[in-house]
Amino acid sequence: MNNNARTLSKRAQALRYFLTNKYLYLLLLPCVVYFLIFNYAPMYGLVIAFKDFKFSQGIMGSPWTGLENFRYLFGLSDFYRVLWNSVYLSLLRLVICFPIPILLSLMLNEIPIIRFKRLSQTMIYLPYFISWVVIGGILVNLLSPSWGLINELIKQFGGEPVFFLGSSRYFRGIVLVSHVWKNAGWDTIIYLAAITSINPELYEAATIDGASRVQRILHITLPGIKATIVILLLLSIGNLMNNGFEQIFVLQNTSNLQVSEVFETYTYKLGIVNGRFSFATTVGLFSSVVGFTLLILANAGAKLMGEEGIF
Amino acid sequence: MTGLKKNPPARVRNRIIRGVGDSVVETICTAVVGIFALCCLAPFVYVFFTSFMPYTEYLENPLRIIPATFTLQAYRQIWDYALFRSGYAVTIFITVVGTTLSVFLLTISAYPLSKPGLKGRKIIMGMILFTMFFNGGMIPNYLLIRGLGLFNTVWALIIPGSISAFLLILMKNFIRITIPESLEEAAKVDGANDLRILFSIVVPLLKPAIATMTIFSAVQYWNSYYASMLYISDRKLWPLMLVLRELVVEDTSAVSPVTQMLTSAARTHPFTLKMAAIVITLLPILMIYPFMQRYFVKGISLGSVKE
Repeated sequence: MNNNARTLSKRAQALRYFLTNKYLYLLLLPCVVYFLIFNYAPMYGLVIAFKDFKFSQGIMGSPWTGLENFRYLFGLSDFYRVLWNSVYLSLLRLVICFPIPILLSLMLNEIPIIRFKRLSQTMIYLPYFISWVVIGGILVNLLSPSWGLINELIKQFGGEPVFFLGSSRYFRGIVLVSHVWKNAGWDTIIYLAAITSINPELYEAATIDGASRVQRILHITLPGIKATIVILLLLSIGNLMNNGFEQIFVLQNTSNLQVSEVFETYTYKLGIVNGRFSFATTVGLFSSVVGFTLLILANAGAKLMGEEGIF
Repeated sequence: MTGLKKNPPARVRNRIIRGVGDSVVETICTAVVGIFALCCLAPFVYVFFTSFMPYTEYLENPLRIIPATFTLQAYRQIWDYALFRSGYAVTIFITVVGTTLSVFLLTISAYPLSKPGLKGRKIIMGMILFTMFFNGGMIPNYLLIRGLGLFNTVWALIIPGSISAFLLILMKNFIRITIPESLEEAAKVDGANDLRILFSIVVPLLKPAIATMTIFSAVQYWNSYYASMLYISDRKLWPLMLVLRELVVEDTSAVSPVTQMLTSAARTHPFTLKMAAIVITLLPILMIYPFMQRYFVKGISLGSVKE
């Protein structure tokens, strides 16, 4: 009896809390519905990786096939090529592209002429706001063997024109350069924000102690942005299976397919172009599970090493 | 007192003790950053000038930047291309409607999420954060859009991207930092409910945050082509980026149908046409960019505050 009354009053309390905050929950409702429909419903849709999906039968009605799709995937030589292309390109990005914004922000911070610094920042951030289609368009035409600037220069110096985008040899280099060109500015902003929050007294103390400029950069600025570097590094590791559909797809063509086919473009062709929905979902599920696992492991590793981590 | 001090610029800092090393470091940094910045700008300059230049002149000296003969013919021809105009209209529509919807949803959702004590907030935040690291992927999203009947409608390009988890967290941090709790409490005592507080007290204070969200959303809607590749098969509904892609990326041979149609009437070289198409596409972004910078820099700095 006593117990009953207590739960009742608890319920009444919860109801009263809900009613006093009803407008807040009302404001939150569209957002919750949005995430359920556009993020969680597709997660349910992943079950078709274990089914033989037919449009006419729908997700529920299509017959289960268990791990058949996975068995087929792992037996496919194409799959290993796509896996290698995706991971190798991501690793190259990690080694070559990742440090560049760190260096840029450290250097920007040392520029004595404020006006020059501002102007450079304006120029460096700009490409981030440009569509991959535009960047792809510029690159395709700049590198074109029939009218591109680069090949015109090669011809003028007496060389043979090279179809850069049509060759597997140059594809990865072009991806890395265009990635740095578009994205370095964005990460530079993040690092610069972290630098401004470093306590200026540290610099004064170090200078009085006789630390040189380079020593101050290495022992104050760099450790000051370490936490930010770790977070961006973890996010990159979580993205090891992804290369960004928009970038790869504009630079891809039939002659560089051997190295340019990555998970996103492979899934697109299997599913959207060829209509093999179940199999394409299997590919997508494999890459997201591996990516998510890598993120969890990297995060745990960072925590073991005394860093904050993402979650 | 000292807590209020800002990081002094390098100039002030170094007045304390300056060695030869300082000048060397400063010179190297200035030079490297300057070169990188020029590389960031160079492609735009190149595209801009070659679009006004007759192709023959370009061939004579590909490195010439300022055209000797100035012609707008390429622009006229691009503008005569019906698909390009309809693509421009579609993109303007999805950018305007999408950005409005997105900013509205971000504001009303971020406000309750900014209240630390609200029950259930943590669960919802967790639900939102999880989507940043794991998602259903391309095919389940495609099937969802078809299932909802949004396939081949502009709404497929507007609704699915309207709440970005990243921007939502940014907005929530903004509100938490800029709105003092005492202000809302005072309004509550005066008898205002949460809706009134949000729209007549909080929103006017959030102008810089709303400007930031508007920029990010608008650029996203203007630039994206992934969603339209998946969800739009009807050419009449193609946004600008798909039209441009066909024109400048896919079309690498000089004899493709698009190029032929465009070059049949007059003698503009496909290369010049492509450059002109790129400039027209870039123009809106380049025009608002100078006004954007202070907002997005501040926005990102606030966004890096952790949950």
